[in-house]
Amino acid sequence: MTFDFEIFLSALTSSEFFRGAWLSVALAAASMLFATLIGFGVALLRISDNRLARTVGGAYVWFFRAIPTLLVLLIIWNAGPQLFPALRENWFSPFLAAFIGFAVVEAAYMAEILRSALLSVDDGQRLAARAIGLPPHKVMLKVVLPQAVKVALPPTGNEFIAMLKYTSLASVISLRELLTTAQVGVSNTFRYAEYYSAALVYYLVIVTALMGVQTLIERRYRWVSSGVTTAPTAGTTKETVTV
Amino acid sequence: MTSIALLETIGLRKTYGSNEILKGVDFSIEAGQVKAVLGPSGSGKSTILRLMSLLEPADAGSILLHGKEIGVESGRDGRSIPLPERKLARERTNIGMVFQKFNLFAHLDVLHNVTLGLTEVHGVAKGEAVHRAERMLERVGMSQRMRHYPSELSGGQQQRVAIARALVLDPAVMLFDEPTSALDPELVNEVLSVMEDLAQQGMTMIVVTHETRFARRVADEVALFDSGVIVEQAPPEQFFTAPEHERTREFLSHIH
Repeated sequence: MTFDFEIFLSALTSSEFFRGAWLSVALAAASMLFATLIGFGVALLRISDNRLARTVGGAYVWFFRAIPTLLVLLIIWNAGPQLFPALRENWFSPFLAAFIGFAVVEAAYMAEILRSALLSVDDGQRLAARAIGLPPHKVMLKVVLPQAVKVALPPTGNEFIAMLKYTSLASVISLRELLTTAQVGVSNTFRYAEYYSAALVYYLVIVTALMGVQTLIERRYRWVSSGVTTAPTAGTTKETVTV
Repeated sequence: MTSIALLETIGLRKTYGSNEILKGVDFSIEAGQVKAVLGPSGSGKSTILRLMSLLEPADAGSILLHGKEIGVESGRDGRSIPLPERKLARERTNIGMVFQKFNLFAHLDVLHNVTLGLTEVHGVAKGEAVHRAERMLERVGMSQRMRHYPSELSGGQQQRVAIARALVLDPAVMLFDEPTSALDPELVNEVLSVMEDLAQQGMTMIVVTHETRFARRVADEVALFDSGVIVEQAPPEQFFTAPEHERTREFLSHIH
């Protein structure tokens, strides 16, 4: 059996593959967005002065890092409707279940990334923000958080890419994302190489696009003026500034 | 006959762990005065600025601005209790603070470092804030660098922007915490000359510093802190040439 380029191409351009890829990207993006929001809240609990808050935040991170994501998905999809009749309705789709599962698990990891990013911001920044009279929430939103985001961006990019590939776990709750789409194609035709290659190309294209987006975002967080060609003081990046 | 103090501390105490840094300090400054504060490290001179700028609570004693106690409110039993952070933040705008390490906001360019307090604390409209910030940056000689980020500036330039950032909020008094200690020697003078201009324009200033020449030339009074108390306080001429206390003589002999 040789590699049939026709089959590969028709798989690559099929609406099933496109739909599968779209599901993977949408699931990863939505989950990541909510994971970041929940994770920020958990990170704030973790660095709070309040002992109870720190304990709650710590417990969240401990719990969701300890249990396998696969188990979380199975619990939400299979055990959920048994325990809560409301979840037996049609609106409770595999996509929604997977979204909830990925978001709450990923939030534990994002909480740790954001916690260390928040702690990495120099104390003098917080002090100066308080000194000019900013109230506590603005000290966080206007001064500390923007600087923490810069630190959190590269590891968050890692998480997003990992998340994209983890979406294949959702096949166990019958979500037909990208990898499952390839698997279904294989089981119908036994053309392993062609269908797996098509999936591979999709993943490469998607991750390349994500990395491009990440680079664009990181460029916005360089904090250098345009047209400045020298980086005079320590602590700045060694990159030459063009823009 | 003494006039009413602009900023005054009464019996100010502060302890970190088992280390009593301020042992009941009475300190005051009148409107338009410049006071230089000298002292060895750990003497409490920086701590008193932190307390007067309401960045940290005192353990005991009070701070008065225009004769009115700040940083506290009266609790239900009539005793004064520290204000919550949100209300403290409001009162801080009356007191400008300049730090040894500048602490410019790294993610904002020079202009936005200066407008942030105006727009986010005083609710000044964007255009008006930019206008006022530009004027202030001109005053500290930084109007050519408004679009630069802190990492692109020298230490002296950063400190001048930091002065503008505090000044633009129109504080009643400016506190300087060793403003030139983190600077390369050749950059010290550009910051001191901005401060001297400020003093000549009538700004009330408390300057914790090691620059004795600046203290001698600009200050109306010089105070020596040691071990949490004010050892001596006198006009610069007397302080530097005929100090009353042995401790002052000893301190001066080390820095000259």
